[in-house]
Amino acid sequence: MEIIHPNGLDEALVAVADGMTPLAGGTDLMVEVNYGHQRPERVVALRRLDDIADFHPTRIGAGVRWRRIEREGPRALAQAARTVGSPQIRNAGTIGGNVATASPAGDGLPFLAAVDASIELASSSGRRLLPWDEYFVGVKKTARRTDELVTAILLPDELPERQEFAKVGVRNAMVISTVCCVVTRRDDGTTTVALGSVAPTPMRARRAEAMISTESSPTEAALAEFARLVSEEVTPISDHRSTEAYRRHAAGVLARRLLERCLRREAA
Amino acid sequence: MIIRFRLNGEDVTARVEHPASLLDVLRDQLGAPGSKNACEQGECGSCSVLLDGELVCSCLVLAADVEGSEVTTVEGVATEGELHPVQEAMNRAGAVQCGFCTPGIVVAAVDLFERNPHPSSHEIKEALAGNICRCTGYGAIVRAFEELAGREVR
Repeated sequence: MEIIHPNGLDEALVAVADGMTPLAGGTDLMVEVNYGHQRPERVVALRRLDDIADFHPTRIGAGVRWRRIEREGPRALAQAARTVGSPQIRNAGTIGGNVATASPAGDGLPFLAAVDASIELASSSGRRLLPWDEYFVGVKKTARRTDELVTAILLPDELPERQEFAKVGVRNAMVISTVCCVVTRRDDGTTTVALGSVAPTPMRARRAEAMISTESSPTEAALAEFARLVSEEVTPISDHRSTEAYRRHAAGVLARRLLERCLRREAA
Repeated sequence: MIIRFRLNGEDVTARVEHPASLLDVLRDQLGAPGSKNACEQGECGSCSVLLDGELVCSCLVLAADVEGSEVTTVEGVATEGELHPVQEAMNRAGAVQCGFCTPGIVVAAVDLFERNPHPSSHEIKEALAGNICRCTGYGAIVRAFEELAGREVR
């Protein structure tokens, strides 16, 4: 067993290029280790690497933990952060870990899709920025090369005025999403809908967005059509957590509910 | 490799030859079996400890990553033979059934009262959301901390 506690990002990147396993909060990797699915013998420890723990309105360092995001993050991301695991998990788990693991159920990911965030990747040979939809390529599969680290999440300068997150799960705490969703709405009506746990990667319901964005004060019929389109656009599977049919239904219900919350805040 | 860290105020060393968790090292090498091993995936909170002052599941901490850190386990919350007020409160309320979740709940509650001496019932429940009591003995546990929250600061 070998471990490096890098003094700076450059040292961490050399270790990653050398094949060492990156370890941040441990809330994903250590489960794999405890269950015998992975046995990393050479680890680069990122928990105390301040270089990737910066926090700005348009840039969240990969090492920022959920505990901080639930207090200081943009509204819908903070709402998502509050539903991640438990206090113990939020004290350890990082947004960069959520992005690097790229679980379809990652609670932080729909927000990134909803606001068109980019993922910053760094290696010893430089940095690159990937839009979220080029970064996430499949179930726990991303465009990150093995010599790269996720170093930050970049957000647009002007976030939507209204943004709401919610998730469906079997209990309040310590639950992996059955469906999770972010709806954002700007003053001019532009609406985005992003969902998690209903496709291999986080996804946008573009037809539903296009339909509702032109409605300045949606009628009951428009809201129902919006929900129907969301349910139609998602591509969930049946697994041990839920069924395809339930997820499809819940996605529409959840998106509509969040849109209505946005509209109520718009009216207030 | 040898790791060194502070455990309940004392310098300790442990030998880790494989990617063991902090929980394993505490229980198997350092004579601190108070933190319990149950789910090994961070869902039950029975292995809760404070790592550099923050409440975490020790089963999800790589032991090698605590080099130079400060760890507090349930063994370290009482001082000079005196129970911690959180432990006293659980005693008064009879907030123990089989006892397996108790160490994790004590550590989580110590963390809560450190940050917020007078938590509301809602805040108490939120703070304990990561700790499962398989006996479902939450009623007495929450009452213990509601009573403690209503007391004047010690």
